[in-house]
Amino acid sequence: MAPAGPIPIDTDSPSPIITELIYRLKVRDVMTREVRTCSVDDTVRDAQQTMKRNGITGVPVVDGTRLLGIVSMDDVIRALEDAAIDGPVTEYMTRSVIVLEDDMPLSFGISYLEKYRYGRFPVLDAGKNLVGIITSRDIIIALLLEINKEVQRFEDSTRRAETHGRGFRLEYTTRRFDFEMAGRLSTETKKLLKERNLPPKTIRRVAVATYELEMNQVVHSVGGTVRVAFDPAAGQVEIVATDRGPGIENVDEALNEGYSTANEWVRSLGFGAGMGLPNTRRVSDTFDISSSPDGTTVRVTISTPQEEPHEPV
Amino acid sequence: MNLSELPGALDLEIIQGTFEDRPLTGVYTSDLLSDVMANADEVEVLVTIQSHKNTVAVATLVGVSVILVCNNRPVPEDMVEAARSEGVGILRSSRNQFVISGELYRILGSS
Repeated sequence: MAPAGPIPIDTDSPSPIITELIYRLKVRDVMTREVRTCSVDDTVRDAQQTMKRNGITGVPVVDGTRLLGIVSMDDVIRALEDAAIDGPVTEYMTRSVIVLEDDMPLSFGISYLEKYRYGRFPVLDAGKNLVGIITSRDIIIALLLEINKEVQRFEDSTRRAETHGRGFRLEYTTRRFDFEMAGRLSTETKKLLKERNLPPKTIRRVAVATYELEMNQVVHSVGGTVRVAFDPAAGQVEIVATDRGPGIENVDEALNEGYSTANEWVRSLGFGAGMGLPNTRRVSDTFDISSSPDGTTVRVTISTPQEEPHEPV
Repeated sequence: MNLSELPGALDLEIIQGTFEDRPLTGVYTSDLLSDVMANADEVEVLVTIQSHKNTVAVATLVGVSVILVCNNRPVPEDMVEAARSEGVGILRSSRNQFVISGELYRILGSS
């Protein structure tokens, strides 16, 4: 087996989410609790059999729960060379074992793996009892599970939805240059309006306005939110897009078709032709925009056909 | 002519073939997606070289059933997946937008 390479996580300055994660997780959250061990009376062959049966490459040697040493595949090979495979394991084990404590943050485990290049570290509790063992596999699995949860939390936090009767409110968070996300709000809005049997023309107008406003935030702002609210009683859809800057220098210019500050890359994708705000205004019944370096807010409304009144027959 | 007959009639490669089969009544040709948003109304086919995921989003929003990618532009896998889940077809040709549009115009004129 190739020597374990370093885990490519920069433990000095990782992203805040990863930092939080590797400090929040303790070694005990990640370690394997069922440790295969050898006792002081075992032979090297016993240790080798334990490794073979369990598919592992190292076994702690214990007296009760007290850790005396660790015997690895290398030690077994040394014993074989000495023709001492049936000799006591205590003669071939490594006595100066690098251990972790169970309440250390996982960051210690990661840096130990890098620093010492051992495949495994026994874990002791405060009373120096052997309570577990940790390998790079344990760390990778634990990190993947936690990162998965973080991503889930993050994704959930970008969407908020509520319905009341036929009406609904939807809110999505956008991030700069996140083209993947742009379009999610308009797609969901379109589906909800379709379910409510609004005329295709109206749905299209709402979809165009929502998409352009989402796209505008992704292309031009540092990020923000776009909110859609359908109020059947008022007979309108309201879309409010609020971003956190840097603001539009010349709002009047931005409302002219063809005026654009988009970069080449955005243009190569077929956007940034200076049609976003004009398109939005064209499909809207009311259109308001205010902008400062702290952010831009666009508020548009699109009327929807009034509910058919239920007349008594 | 129905949309499902297009690949045979124009010798097009089918990249994503799951879409609602409708009669062909209108086509829009543009590489500017904001322009498609603004002006492609009641058409079934979008002729373009913009082959990425956002093209599918725009097609869905304006009700286009089939995206016809010209000049054999590579179609990324995430675009195919998005198109499949939205029921938008993707067809491809080695010819350019002008030639394809011309052929579609002739088909529309003769029907």
